[in-house]
Amino acid sequence: MNENQPDLKVRIGPLELKNPVLTASGTFGYGREFSGLFDLNLLGGIVVKGLSLKPMAGNPPPRIVETPCGMLNAIGLANIGLDLFLEEKLPWLKTLDTTVIVNIYGHSIDEYGALAAGLKGLDGIAAIEVNISCPNVEQGGMAFGTNPSVSAQVTETVVKNSDKPVIVKLSPNVTDVRAIALAVEKAGAHAVSLINTLTGMAIDIDSRKPKLANIFGGLSGPAIRPVAVYMVYQVVRSVKIPVIGGGGIMDYRDALEFLIAGARAVQIGTANFVNPEAGVEIINDLKEFCIEKGIEKIEDIIGTLCFTRD
Amino acid sequence: MTEQKTEIIFNSQVASGTFLMGMRSPEIIAEAAPGQFVMIRVSPGLDPILRRPFSICGIQRDDIFLVLYRVIGKGTLALSRVTQGETLSVLGPLGRGFNLPEKGRKAILVSGGIGIAPLIFLAQKMHDMDILFLSGYRSKKEIVPVGWAGLSGIKTFISTDDGTIGHKGPITDLLETDISGSSHEIPFVFSCGPLPMLKRVAETTLEHQIPCQVSVETHMACGLGACQGCAVRTSSQVNRTYFHVCQDGPVFDSRSLDWKNL
Repeated sequence: MNENQPDLKVRIGPLELKNPVLTASGTFGYGREFSGLFDLNLLGGIVVKGLSLKPMAGNPPPRIVETPCGMLNAIGLANIGLDLFLEEKLPWLKTLDTTVIVNIYGHSIDEYGALAAGLKGLDGIAAIEVNISCPNVEQGGMAFGTNPSVSAQVTETVVKNSDKPVIVKLSPNVTDVRAIALAVEKAGAHAVSLINTLTGMAIDIDSRKPKLANIFGGLSGPAIRPVAVYMVYQVVRSVKIPVIGGGGIMDYRDALEFLIAGARAVQIGTANFVNPEAGVEIINDLKEFCIEKGIEKIEDIIGTLCFTRD
Repeated sequence: MTEQKTEIIFNSQVASGTFLMGMRSPEIIAEAAPGQFVMIRVSPGLDPILRRPFSICGIQRDDIFLVLYRVIGKGTLALSRVTQGETLSVLGPLGRGFNLPEKGRKAILVSGGIGIAPLIFLAQKMHDMDILFLSGYRSKKEIVPVGWAGLSGIKTFISTDDGTIGHKGPITDLLETDISGSSHEIPFVFSCGPLPMLKRVAETTLEHQIPCQVSVETHMACGLGACQGCAVRTSSQVNRTYFHVCQDGPVFDSRSLDWKNL
């Protein structure tokens, strides 16, 4: 490596990433969808589409609607299920020279456990990210991630059934995100990522119908970024495990906000739809930024938020 | 498929609220098939944020592809303000286009309003075939001129809802008349337009057991199959619940879609 090049490597607990830029689950498919556009191996890592035990068809359309500086989605976690993922997607993902993280979600705590067990011992999967923002069927549809003790139970079950680092993805739709972060930390999570989408709704005033068939959906994009930066800031100060930040990152300046707030890596989500090469552009621009500012290691930026006002 | 900054060669109003835009991209033209689409980032800002999908409407010379659009919202309004010489990011060509019939077969192209866009490109690629082009509009002032497309020799009929020109009534009236009048030959039908019209075309062709391909439109975020936002319901003869318009379509065999719940 050229000694004038800044070192972009970051550590997330037991994981080492070649750079701090990950693609967020649900916005990057299984990776291959983007492989014709740029070299995926340049990314710090890929978090693949949320995986359930059985295939899920997803919600009825319309599933997405654009909102000011963002979008609402109610895809309904459509995915091919564990078996097809292992058969059709994983072999290709294994050929990549980047960190592959598998995002999982369950309809019950047992399903989370079964998924973690199903991914145990497999090569090519560096870590598991646990989506706790989905509805808990056994508890009347309340999201797992809105209750600290349920969040802890899910985490404990996944950790117990897995041989991989476990990242818990936190929901912002809670009273105090720190309480959930602390609960999953205590339950054995190796890292947390945040934020998942903010629940929202849009109405067509002519038909007076909700714009999404599901009525409500998850808001993402730059509209939510200030909320995400603040929650990352709060969680970084509450837990000792590493934090991965994300929410509306469109460019390297947005990414730097999260790193300065204390996130050790970032996830790029909605930006992948707008600009499929957003991830690599952000990596290149972060490198340029480090060179320009004389920063040798990107880790030197992490958590350097400055409170003085002079 | 590429993502590239693409130069606007022209972007002009051709009918009421309707614009025809030419963009220079030999790379996209080299791959483009009728029925495929491009995702255009209509402005560099954050609102509107998502790209907009547009059918490729045709090709001029060997380096300009065309996009036909009606101004209906924020995205198309922003697009209508782009001027010659500016560049926009274009991703494409994307999706699965029309399956062209073998030569010698009769093709009926049925469009409603701005849905004429992919059918112009299709007609360009089928110029040596027997084509009947039926275009419906709400009114005379919305008629899209196609003189640029080099479609001379193609039989064309127009209908308008208000009767300001051509047949007064839905364009499907003309389709039904033609199909009933020529029982000796089974044509291929290709259609694009508003949902109620497409549904009628699908019903008519099904009734007469005529093969029919339709190009459908949905909201779409990525165009690459990643977001799965562009779902449409499949009919009972398909072994899954939803198609994704960006990858499985936008062109479908009309019998593979669930027209009651699309």
